[in-house]
Amino acid sequence: MTASPILEVNDLQVEFATRRQSLVAVRDVSFALGAGKTLALVGESGSGKSVTSLAIMGLLPTAGRVTRGTIAFQRGSGETVDLATLSQPAMRHIRGAEIAMIFQEPMSSLNPLFTVGDQIGEMLMLHSNLSSVARRAKVLEMLDLVEIPAAASRMSAYPHELSGGMRQRVMIALALICRPLLLIADEPTTALDVTIQAQILELMRRLQRELGMSILFITHDLGVVAEIADEVAVMYAGEVVERAPTRPLYAHPRHPYTQGLIASIPRPGRAPGERLVPIHGTVPPPSAMPPGCAFAPRCPHAGPECEAPVALTEAAPGQLARCVKLRELAAHA
Amino acid sequence: MTRYILKRLVGMLVVVLIVLTIAFVIVRLAPGDPAALLLGPDATPEDAAELREKLGLNSPILVQYMAFLGNAVRGDLGNSLFFNRPVTEVLLARAEPTTFLALFSLLISLVIAVPIGIYAAYRRGSWLDQSAVSTAMLAASVPSFWTGLMFQRYLATEMGWFPASDYGGPDADFISRMGYLVLPSIVLGIVNSALILRFTRASMLDILGEDFVRTARSKGMSERRVVLRHALKNAAIPIITIIGLTFANLVSGAVVTERVFNLPGMGNLVVNAVLRRDYPVIQGTLIVVAVLYVLINLMVDLVYLLVDKRVRY
Repeated sequence: MTASPILEVNDLQVEFATRRQSLVAVRDVSFALGAGKTLALVGESGSGKSVTSLAIMGLLPTAGRVTRGTIAFQRGSGETVDLATLSQPAMRHIRGAEIAMIFQEPMSSLNPLFTVGDQIGEMLMLHSNLSSVARRAKVLEMLDLVEIPAAASRMSAYPHELSGGMRQRVMIALALICRPLLLIADEPTTALDVTIQAQILELMRRLQRELGMSILFITHDLGVVAEIADEVAVMYAGEVVERAPTRPLYAHPRHPYTQGLIASIPRPGRAPGERLVPIHGTVPPPSAMPPGCAFAPRCPHAGPECEAPVALTEAAPGQLARCVKLRELAAHA
Repeated sequence: MTRYILKRLVGMLVVVLIVLTIAFVIVRLAPGDPAALLLGPDATPEDAAELREKLGLNSPILVQYMAFLGNAVRGDLGNSLFFNRPVTEVLLARAEPTTFLALFSLLISLVIAVPIGIYAAYRRGSWLDQSAVSTAMLAASVPSFWTGLMFQRYLATEMGWFPASDYGGPDADFISRMGYLVLPSIVLGIVNSALILRFTRASMLDILGEDFVRTARSKGMSERRVVLRHALKNAAIPIITIIGLTFANLVSGAVVTERVFNLPGMGNLVVNAVLRRDYPVIQGTLIVVAVLYVLINLMVDLVYLLVDKRVRY
């Protein structure tokens, strides 16, 4: 990891207030993302990965609130701000301009009533003083950059006139037109066909090289993670349970949950007839969180010692895991 | 687009023909002899028979029907039995208060309902949302004649802010005539704002949960721009629909309010026509109102086309 990360999340806790109680959706989440790097936030639905990303963007739903921790973001000016406490007006200058986001559903994430050109151009209108002619030229350039064929004629197209892959390209163009320092990609390929997925990932990698932004990549798909991430943070029930550079994580997953995830990926190398190993059970709801390790109820290695709270500890150089039985597990492996 | 409008116009003609037929049949089915009624209780049966002959009520039904259609096409809806003047003329004389009453009250409902509806949806569950929704329920539940009477009693008679009823004398100028419409417009505006408010709120609530609203926020624009530009345009179609229907309703259905405020509008005209068995006037009103509904629906559909490019006809 570089000396000064562009994004450093420390001990983040997000709570959702309901009528009766306050539920902790994300707790003790810490990670750092270096300039030009990609960090994957991996987890099942309900693991808190999207909530974490929305907290960074300052776009939590009204019931949600950051109740602890800091989100340090190094701005283009070099100044470091805490996004967790920044005011909404100040946040608006960062959103879109310095941190941009793309979403899972390219079908519904674009406004159906505005043309592609209008929607991308609006970004420039909000964050620059360019004339409408200059904006148009930049939008066109950006559409070329995301490899949309016949870009000039697509400017005046409406989202429903484009395919899913094209819409996601439009979303990427929209997100990157102000050259943000950080791109948050929330499951950007999940809704796409596998072939289109590969194209979009390739496009994101190329744009990252050319534009030099950092990417926070949110996904549940470990296959995609291996393609794009430098480092991975695995989330489970609102916590980061393992954090490691991509290669060691795949080679030697330390946390039983990560091990389970990797064991459940189908691979071409498997023997015919070999069974995939599923993780039994489901993620506990935030209202019924176990006192100790959140994964313990589903963990094949769980014992009485797992009922005490557990912190992220170093399992191997550069690799952190949240498990009390790390030593024991390593000995068995 | 042009083809679509042509197609719609042909469809309109068919609807109007059906309405003409229904108007013709219903009036023939109604009980009572218009000739006898017109002449009053002292008329001899001979007089009545003579009048029936004059009005063509004795010819075969099909002949009457064809004559009726032919005249209607030429804009001749017959003569009012009561006023002894062409129905078209009678209706035109009554159109002014009704039209302006509809326009003013629609304007008042929009000014009340749309901003509150948007804000209630935006601050869902807040005290403002809850009180707006319950006030709207209340406003929709109170009959307009009661509101009208209360307004007359307190705002017109006691405070003297508005004329209580009527539409000015024969020589009142346009401005002073409009002055008579203020109070009834407020009454109708309040009643109708309830429905528009609920539609605006529901439609905005749907749209504010959409992914593209989140995208809009992620672009770093103000909440005002998110709501008024990105969400409202998408929420507009149901709102436009209900506005069109409300307007059509106002033109045809302000009967009670017109009576409470004694306005010489179409609502009052049609009630009196029914009481007097003035068949041609009843028919004429029915036809005019039906044509108006069809026209308003066409206009609403055309507005959809302008708002939403996905709409294809």
